[in-house]
Amino acid sequence: MKRLLAAGGALALLAVTLTGCSGGGSGSSCQNKIMHSDATQVSMWAWYPNFKPVVNLFNKTHKKVQICWTNAGAGNDEYTKFSTAIQAGSGAPDVVMLESEVVPSYIADGSIVNLSTLGADKLKDNYSEGAWSDESKGGDVYAIPVDGGPVGMLYRKDLFDKYGLTVPTTWDEFAADAQKLKDAGAKTLMTDFPGNGRAYQTALFAQAGSEPFELTGKTDMKVDLDDQASNKVLSYWNDLVQKKLVGTEDASTTDYNTHLVNGTYASVIAAAWLPGYLQGFTGADKSAQWRVAPVPQWDPANPVQINIGGSAFAVSNQAKDKKAAATVAEGIFGTEAAWKLGIEKAALFPLWKPILESDYFKEKAYDFFGGQQINKDVFLTAATEYKGFQFSPFQNLVYDKLTDAVNATNKGKQQPAQALAGYQKAVVSYAKQQGYKVTE
Amino acid sequence: MAQTAVTAPPLAAMSRSGRRRGDVVSRRRARWGWAFTAPFAVILLVFLIVPLVFAFVLSLQNTTLAGGTSWVGFANYIKAFTDPLFLSGVWTVVLFSIVLIPIQMVVSLIAALLLDALTSRFARFSRLMIFVPYAVPAVIGALMWGFLYSPSFGPAQEVFGWIGLTAPDFFADQNVFGSLVNIVTWQWAGYYMIILYAALQGVDPTIYEAARVDGASAFQTAVRIKIPMIASSLVLILVFALIGTLQFFNEPQMLRGMASGSITSHYTPNIYAYTVAFSYHQFNYASAIAFALGIVIFVGSYVFMFATRKRSGLMK
Repeated sequence: MKRLLAAGGALALLAVTLTGCSGGGSGSSCQNKIMHSDATQVSMWAWYPNFKPVVNLFNKTHKKVQICWTNAGAGNDEYTKFSTAIQAGSGAPDVVMLESEVVPSYIADGSIVNLSTLGADKLKDNYSEGAWSDESKGGDVYAIPVDGGPVGMLYRKDLFDKYGLTVPTTWDEFAADAQKLKDAGAKTLMTDFPGNGRAYQTALFAQAGSEPFELTGKTDMKVDLDDQASNKVLSYWNDLVQKKLVGTEDASTTDYNTHLVNGTYASVIAAAWLPGYLQGFTGADKSAQWRVAPVPQWDPANPVQINIGGSAFAVSNQAKDKKAAATVAEGIFGTEAAWKLGIEKAALFPLWKPILESDYFKEKAYDFFGGQQINKDVFLTAATEYKGFQFSPFQNLVYDKLTDAVNATNKGKQQPAQALAGYQKAVVSYAKQQGYKVTE
Repeated sequence: MAQTAVTAPPLAAMSRSGRRRGDVVSRRRARWGWAFTAPFAVILLVFLIVPLVFAFVLSLQNTTLAGGTSWVGFANYIKAFTDPLFLSGVWTVVLFSIVLIPIQMVVSLIAALLLDALTSRFARFSRLMIFVPYAVPAVIGALMWGFLYSPSFGPAQEVFGWIGLTAPDFFADQNVFGSLVNIVTWQWAGYYMIILYAALQGVDPTIYEAARVDGASAFQTAVRIKIPMIASSLVLILVFALIGTLQFFNEPQMLRGMASGSITSHYTPNIYAYTVAFSYHQFNYASAIAFALGIVIFVGSYVFMFATRKRSGLMK
C-alpha cells in the first residue's frame, strides 16, 4: 500500500510539473546580464554571432532601458516561434530580428508596428535609399536596418591562374570562363546553381530588371514572375546547367559548404556576409587564395547591384512599451562602438552610414582575401548603389514555388519559360486565395 | 514516426453485483477511481483534448492576409480534399505503406523467428543489436543516414569503388523513396521484432512438442504453428506501422535540406501541414489538412481492422 501511495504521489507530482510547464511559458530568462534593474526591460530575439558584447554595450550606456536578449534560433526557426507567439496572442518578444525578405509578410499580417509613428523617420538619412525602402511600406518604415548583403563574386585566384581565366565583368565572359574550365578538363566547375537558391535566384532575376511584386493599398498587388528579365536569366543559367558547366547541388548543406572551399567551384556569387562563414568550413584547400570582384553584369555600361539577405530590427505588436522597444531597435546598432564589435567579431556588413562610409571600414584589409580591401573594391559600391527590392507578403511560399521551378529546369523536366509560367500561376493563385486583387 | 498507444480503461471499474447494498461502497470506490485516474485525465485533457478542439475550431475558420478572419464551415476541408498538393502527399504515403510495411513485417518476422529458435549467447546479443536502432531518436537517425547517403562524406562511393562501380545518388528523384524506406525499416524493424518475439515467447511450448512428435520440421513449425499463433501481434504491428507511415514526417523533413528538390514542401501530408502552418502562417488551413489526414488514417485503420477482425481479436 505504501508503495502504491508513493507511486500515486509521484504521478500527481509529475502531472503538476507537466501542467506547470505549460502555464508559465514566456519565461524572462535573458542571455545577458541586466545592469540597471529598475529600468524598463525590453525583450529581444536575435541570432547574430557574438552578439552579447553588443547587448552589454547598450545596457551599459542606457540607464532607462535594458535589453533582455534571447537567441531563439536563426532564420526560419525564429520566425516559426515568432509567428506562433503572434498567433497565440502572447509570448512574442518586444523587439525581433528579421531578414528583410520576411518584413513585408509581417507588415501584412500586422505582427510588427509602424516605426514611423514612433519617430524613426529621423534616422532615414543614416541609411542608403535601398536599405530603407526594403523595410518600408507606403512611405512608413517598419524595421530598422542592421546589416546588408551586397553581392560580389568571390573567386579562387589560384584556380583562375591555373586555368588561365580572366575575371569576368559580364555574364558572357562568365559563361566563357565556365566553358574554358570544362575544355581544360578541370574537375572544378565555375559555380553552383542550386535548386534551393531562393534569395540567390531572386537577386539574379532582379539584376536583369525583374520587379515581380508591387503592393498598392491593402489588397491590391501586381505579380509578374515570368517576365522577360527572369526568362533571360533562367535560360542563361539553364544553358550552363545543361552543358554541365555549373553544379546543381542544394545550397546550405554540409556537402555544399565543403565544396565551396575544397575547389569544387572556382567562384561563388555571394553576399558580403558569406566570407565570415567560409573561413569556418571544413575540408578547405590549403593553397586556396580568395579574392572578390564585382558581380558580373548584363550591361557593363549600366551596372545593376543586387543584395542577398541582410536583417533588421522590428518592434512586435505585443510590445508593452513600444516607445522603449523602438529606442532599442533604433539604438542597438546606432553607435560606432557597437558596429566595431559587429564588424570585428561577427563579420557583419553595416548599413549604418556613419560607419559604412568611414575610412576605418573602407580601408579595412582582410587576411582571408590576401589583404584585399574588399569593401572599397567591391561591397561598398554594391551596397550604396543597391536600389532595394519589393518582396511579397508571403515570401516563403514564393521561394518554395521558385524552388520547384528551378529544380524542374535543373533536372531537365521543364523549359525555363514553362517553369516560370508555372511559378507565376502558383503564386497568383495563392495571392487570390489570400484575398488580394491581383494584376498580372 | 508517431505511434498511438491504446489507452486502458479506467482502473476502478464499478462493481455490478449487489447494487442496493453496495451503493455507498461502490460510490466511495468510484471516488477513489476518479482520484487515481485524475492525473492521467488532466494530462489527456490539457495536452490532447483541448488542443484537438482548438485545432478543430481553427480549421473551421479562414484567415487571409488581406481579408482577416471569418467562419467558413467545412470549406477548408473541401479545399484540402481537392488540393492536388495534399492529394499527391496522401498518394505518396499510401505508396510508402504498400512498399514499406510488408518489408518491415517480413524483416521483423524473420528476425523474431530466428531469435526464437536460437538460444545461444549470440542470439541474445543479436536481439539487442537489432533493437538498438529503435533507441536512436528518429531525428538523429535520419541525420546519421543523411551523412551516410552524402555523396562526399558517405562511405558509399568508396564501397562501390571496390567493385569498380560508381555509387548511386541516394537523393535523386527516383532513389529517394528507397532511401527513405531503408531508414524507416532500419529504425522500426527491431521494435516490431521485439513485439513478435515476446508473442512467440508466450506460446505454450507443449504445442511445439506435439508438432515435433507429429514429425513437423523446424520450418513447418515456424510457418504452420508459430506464425498463426502470433497472428494477433502481426495485426497489431501492422496497424502501428500503417498509422506511423501515414503520418510520415521526421525522416523526409530531415533529408529535405540535402535532397536537391526530390523531397518537396508537400512530399507527405504532415510535411505539407507543417509548411502551411509555420512557413506560410496559415494555421487554419494547416489544421484542416491535419484533420483531413486524421480522417484518412482513421478510415484506413478502421477498414483494415475490420478486414482482419477474425485474426486480430481487436474487434469482436
